[in-house]
This record gives sequence, C-alpha cells and structure tokens, in this order.
Amino acid sequence: MSEASPAKAYALHLGAIALLFVLSFLLPEYYHGVLARIMVLAVFAMGYNMLFGYVGLLSLGHAMFFGAGLYGAGLAVIQLGWSVPAAFGAGLGCGAVLSLIIGLLALRTTGVAFMIVTMMFAQVFYLAILYFAAWTGGDQGMVVPQPARVLSFGATSLDLTNPTVRYICALSLFSLVLLITLAIVRSRYGRVLVAIRENEERTKMLGYDTFSNKLAAVVVSGTICAASGAAYALLFGYVGSSFASVQYSILPLLWVLLGGAATTLGPLIGTLFMYYVIDVTSGYTSAYLLIVGIALILLVLFFPKGILGSIRQRWLGWLP
Amino acid sequence: MHFGPHLLLATLEGLVTSAVLALTALGLSLVFGVMRVVNVAHGEFFMLGAVLAWAITSAIGGHPALGFLAALVIAPLIVGAVAVVAERLVLRRLNYNPEATIVATIGMLYIIQQLALTFYGPEARPVEPPFSYRILLPWFGYSGYKLSIIAASAVLLIATWLVLTRTKIGLIMRATQYDSETAQAFGISVGRVYGGVFALGAMLAAIAAVLIVPISQAHYLMGQDPLLLSFIVVIIGGLGSLRGTVVAAVLIGLSDGIISMFFSPTLAKIIATLLVAMVLVFRPQGLFGTASR
Amino acid sequence: MTPLLTTKGLSRNFGGLRAVDSVDFTLMPGEIRAVIGPNGAGKTTFVSLVSGRIRPSSGAILFDGADITGLPAYVRVRQGIAYTFQITSVFANLSAYDNVALPVQRTLSDGRSKGAVRAGVMSALERTGLAGRAHMPAGQLSYGHQRLLEVAMGLALKPRLLILDEPTQGLADSEIDNFVELVRDIAKSATVLLIEHNMPVVMHLADRITVFNAGRILAEGAPEAIRNDAAVQDAYLGTAP
Repeated sequence: MSEASPAKAYALHLGAIALLFVLSFLLPEYYHGVLARIMVLAVFAMGYNMLFGYVGLLSLGHAMFFGAGLYGAGLAVIQLGWSVPAAFGAGLGCGAVLSLIIGLLALRTTGVAFMIVTMMFAQVFYLAILYFAAWTGGDQGMVVPQPARVLSFGATSLDLTNPTVRYICALSLFSLVLLITLAIVRSRYGRVLVAIRENEERTKMLGYDTFSNKLAAVVVSGTICAASGAAYALLFGYVGSSFASVQYSILPLLWVLLGGAATTLGPLIGTLFMYYVIDVTSGYTSAYLLIVGIALILLVLFFPKGILGSIRQRWLGWLP
Repeated sequence: MHFGPHLLLATLEGLVTSAVLALTALGLSLVFGVMRVVNVAHGEFFMLGAVLAWAITSAIGGHPALGFLAALVIAPLIVGAVAVVAERLVLRRLNYNPEATIVATIGMLYIIQQLALTFYGPEARPVEPPFSYRILLPWFGYSGYKLSIIAASAVLLIATWLVLTRTKIGLIMRATQYDSETAQAFGISVGRVYGGVFALGAMLAAIAAVLIVPISQAHYLMGQDPLLLSFIVVIIGGLGSLRGTVVAAVLIGLSDGIISMFFSPTLAKIIATLLVAMVLVFRPQGLFGTASR
Repeated sequence: MTPLLTTKGLSRNFGGLRAVDSVDFTLMPGEIRAVIGPNGAGKTTFVSLVSGRIRPSSGAILFDGADITGLPAYVRVRQGIAYTFQITSVFANLSAYDNVALPVQRTLSDGRSKGAVRAGVMSALERTGLAGRAHMPAGQLSYGHQRLLEVAMGLALKPRLLILDEPTQGLADSEIDNFVELVRDIAKSATVLLIEHNMPVVMHLADRITVFNAGRILAEGAPEAIRNDAAVQDAYLGTAP
C-alpha cells in the first residue's frame, strides 16, 4: 500500500516466481504434479484474498466461482468440443458473469447476512450441478479426455498431460495472477478497496461510490477464482461436483487465513502449508477434515493475521 | 387412495417434519438472538444427539422404551456439555465476534463430523421406537409414535416459551439479548447466560434428533439437512424471533412434505434455497418479522 | 447572487422525535457560517442531511441552485460538499499519506500519475502541518493531529462547501489558535459551515451565526447581534458561557 520500497516488493515477487521455476528442474516428478496443483489452487486462494483480505468481505460461497470456471471450461471441451484456449475463455466468462450477478444481489447485504447469502447461492449452484446430471455427470463428475487437452499453435502442439508442460502452465497462470494482484493492491483502486474495508462510511464521504467499487472487486475476485477452476479442469482433466461443494468455499478461506489475509504471497504459503500438513498427517489419520477443523479454530483463536501477516507486523512492514 | 386421505397423510408427515424442525430451528434462533452467533455446527449437535441415542439404546438393551427414555435424557445432557465446553474454549475467547465465530463453528462442524465418522463409522443405524402402536384411521394406519413426536415437540415448545416469557431465567436472557452491557451492569453474568444459551440451543437440537431417530436413522452426515432447513426457517421467520421461527417451521415442514411429492428432492432444495437467499437479500427482517432493530 | 446552499422546510424524524423541524436555511458563497445551539438541538442531524449521510423525512436541499435532495452522499461529495466527522474517523491503519491520497486521487483529473497524487497529498499535509508525519499510521497520531488530518482530507477534496463538525473539540488551547488560522485560510477558497461549541472561536471566525434550538432555527445574524439576542442568551449562552 505504502509508497515506500516498490522495488523491494517487485524483487520479492519476481524472486518467488523464479524460485518456483527453478524448482521445476530440481523436483522429482511426483512433486511436479503436487506443486502444479498447489499453484493452481493458490490462484483460487488469491482470488478469494482479493475480496476477503483487501475489501474485508467474507464470502462462504467462492466454490461457485471456482466451479463456474471448472464447469465452464470442462463442458466447453467435453460437450462442445472447443479448443483449450477457447474453453479457458469460456470458464473465465462464466465466472465473470456469475460473479457480477451474485455481486449485484449479495452486496445488498453486509456482515453475517453476506456470509449466509453467498453460502446459499453456492449451494444452489452445487445442487444445480447434481440436478443437471445429464450434462454435468452429477456427483460422478467428468473426465476430460487426453486428446482434448492439447494446446496447439499452428504446427507445434503442447500436451497438457505432460508433467513439465503442466507445471509451466500452472506457473504461468500463477505468476500472471500474482503480478496482477500486486499491481491492483498497489494501485489507487487497491487503496480504495482497503479504505472500504477499514471504514466504508468514511470512504463514501470522500466521494467514492463504494457499491460499484465492491462490485468490481467481487467480479475481479470471482474471475480469478474461475481462472483457477478452468485451469484445473484443463490441466488435471477432472471436473467434479465436490469442487463446488461448501467445503471448497471453506478451503480458500482457510488457506488465506493461514498464509495471511491481505498479503499478496500469503495465499500461496497458506495453500502450500495446508497441503503439506495434510500430506504429513495422512499417514496417521484419513480424516483430513478434522485437521481442517482444528486449523480453522486455532487460526481464528491465536493467529488471526496468519503467517505473512504476523511477519509483516513484526519485522517487514513493507510487505505488500 | 383418494386425494383427501392422500393430503391427510402428506399433512401428517409434514407436521412430524415441522415438529422436529421447530425444535432444531428454535435452538439456532435462540443462539443467534441472544448471542448474535451464527452456529454453523448446529446440525452437528443434532447429529451427535442421534448418534448418542443409538449408543445409549444399544448399551442399555431391554425394552425399547427404557433405552429410548434414557437416551432422551442423557443424549441432550452430553450434547449440552459439549456445547458448554466449545463455548468456553472457543466462542468466549473470540469475544463473540460474529465473523470469527462463524469460521470457528465451521471448524467445530468438521471436527464433530470427523470424530463421529472415526468412532461411530459410516453406517446408518436404526433405533427401535419406544412403542409400535398403530392408529387405525378409516383409510390407512398411522404410526402412533409419529403422532407422539408432534405432541412432544408441542409440549417442549410451549415449555420453552413459558421459560422465556414467565421466569426469571427468561427475563435475564431477554435482558442480555436486548443490551448485554446494561445487563452486565445490573449484575447479570453475561458469560454464564451465553454459556447456558449455547448449551440450550444445542440441547434442543439433540432432543429433536432423539425424537426423530426411531423413524429415520443415525448417520454421521445427517446434520446437513437440518442445518440448511433451520437456516431457512430462522431466516423466513425473522432472525431471533421465537414466534416467527415456529410459524416458519410449520410452513416449511408442511410445504417440504407436499413439495417433495411433486418435485424431485434436489429441485425442491434448489428452489427453497434460492427463495430463501432472495428473502435475505430483499427482506432481511424475514417474511413475518417487522423492521429490524 | 445564487446562494451556495439552501434548505426548504427540511425535516427529519427519529421515531416520534423531530430532530430537525422544517428548517429554512440559506448560505452565501464565501461565508464562514457557524451553527451553534445546545446539545440535542439538531445541529449534527442538520449537517448530516446536507451532506447526505441521512435522508430527510421531508423538505428540499439546493446546492448552487440545483436540487440535490435525492442524491446519494458520494455524489454530493463529488459536487463539492465535504464533511469532516465530529468523532474523528480517519483510517487508523493507513498512513497519514494514504488517508489524504484517497481524496486527492479522486479529485485529480490525472489521478493515475503518481507524481500528481504525491504533490496533491503533500500540499494538503503541508497546509495542515502534518508533512513530517506523512508515513505514520494515522491511528498513532496524537488526537490533535488526527483532527488536523481530518481537515487535510476535507481540503484535499477541493470542496466548495466544507462542513466542519466540532473541529476544536478536545484540542489544546495552542492547537485551537492554529486551527482558527487554518480555517481562515481555507475560507479563501471555500465556503465554511462550522458546528462549534467553543464561543470565542465562533465569535472570532464566523461572518454570521445560526442558532439551533429543539430542531428549529432560533436566531440568525452577525456575531454581535447574536451575542445580544435575549432569546439566544436564554436558550444557550446563559447556560454555557
């Protein structure tokens, strides 16, 4: 937010991207897949953070935006036979339209009502997927066939099922969204969003139409989440209704709380950390939701600023 | 069967649903009304009641009525104790901040659900009803136990209403709901009231579950539908309004039974959820509530 | 000359209470107008109606001749009505710089240019003497400085009408003197509507004074005339010298 040290902030983010790039050469193949998945889900978390962290709007329904991207892209490939870029665009478009509609409705409420309303709209979305099982595959989901997951430019074509290609695609999307987030947060629009979070009434009295600003934030956030969903469908080849369930509305909240709300790199760290915790504990218990539940409670009780939020408070005030 | 008897059957089934729903939703509504806490784990207290009822009845054995009566007393007490501990350890430390408590109760939901899965297992298990008398109507026979659920729920609702309006405990609760700081100044221990209300809310859900478990079954995921329906009831009835909650529960319970005869359950849920979300967006005080405070 | 601000029969009820009761009020451009009156007289409600923070029950508000009664607050701010809060409500977690940058970036036609924003912010901070504290979080500023920051934010909106709601409340005497100078300075470029309890400040600054009592205008006139008005003394000055 502050004017100080833009160079440091950009250096840090480019450094993080470079590190992830180098890791693709060092990591064994199994971790390629894991890290690619984490980067795609971190995009989901970054989209969530846009709204929750910077505008202070706590949604319990972001699974519908992820789902809009997932099904928008998945259905376009499977049912309509669209190419990969067109399907990705379809996913983005579905997310943008859905978030615009949801924003127009849900932003009439605030606080607890906003949380419940977003949860209910997401539930409607989820049930609709089950209801229209003839197209969506219901709770079985759909597999995107391998021949459809090829990105072709003229003569050359990239097979998205190849681990290296998949990793690079996930990293590209992640980097792009990270830099977009950083730019938004540092822009004058980002300053207005934070002002709305801190005191909406005061922001209005500085001449800002807070409703339109919040609506724009919902659409940006929803579209980023849809990008994550669309990428998930195309890179990992599975489109399932569980990704639209309540649980996938809670997970990005958890990742963002853990990594640090309103920090640009927090969503990645939160997603990575949670994935790791579940991976380690899976040796002892299959009940990973238990870990999620305990983590949620411990975070709100003792660690509400999350990892990067605490680091920023103690040591690195310039962290964006 | 002709239309008349058919409708009577649907109405009776709907009233049973309403009876259980009213108790469950009342618990949610009390907790929200007094503490301003949206308890997302409410459905899990319901589930816990049912699972405990199974555990207690199968441990006691003998005549089904014996085990059932024991479950009706013990299961709500255990659930209430769990709720008190959760309130002490988590909600109180969060200062009842509305948003933080929602996140925390989501955490509780996962914890309770997963513990039930671990210790109780994924099976659905039946509990034998305390008696199996069938009332013979001219057109069909109907379970006497189901009718007794309606009666039991009505008694409990009236009792709760009397406690809230006629006793000192009720007065203290209403004072705390109206203005917790002033209540504190008058020597009311707000912390204890909140602990008690949270336990009472959970116990109402547990009682409802014990009542329903002989005609449905105990399962670790059974808390989800009651949670959604309770939300719907509380929102339609007006957040925190007791009378509205009961009226809405009857309305939703009856229409749920009748609607599910004509539509697929999924479509019914889609329509109901969408309508309720719209109520919350355009009429946040509920359909029956007056302007919000 | 068109009045800058006119209200006609402006009323606002809270339940059974008529907080503002059919007020007809006129403010000419360039004035410094003080609004005084006992607590609960409806002063803050009146300026809240003018700024659009609350809706009137009846009546009309005209700004520079145009009816603005139905406009939302943020549009009024854009038209040039700035309001500084009675209870300091700066953005405590943002730096003083960011607090002022918010109004500056909106009023600038080329708010995209970082240099223009910086220049605008620093000029507002310098006018209020806060330039040295630009990067402190606003919540860590002293109370007096937070009040100044409120004014800096109001100034940065480049208002035609600046409404100050009890700006000197809680300030030390030395700070008040600076404040009076600052308001004089502001009045060169904007019309000022000031709610104030501190009578020496009012007498010092105001061109005209409007006295509210029980939601109505009790008296209006030059400071000397108000000082000598028997009804005013009875309602107000007599109880609080």
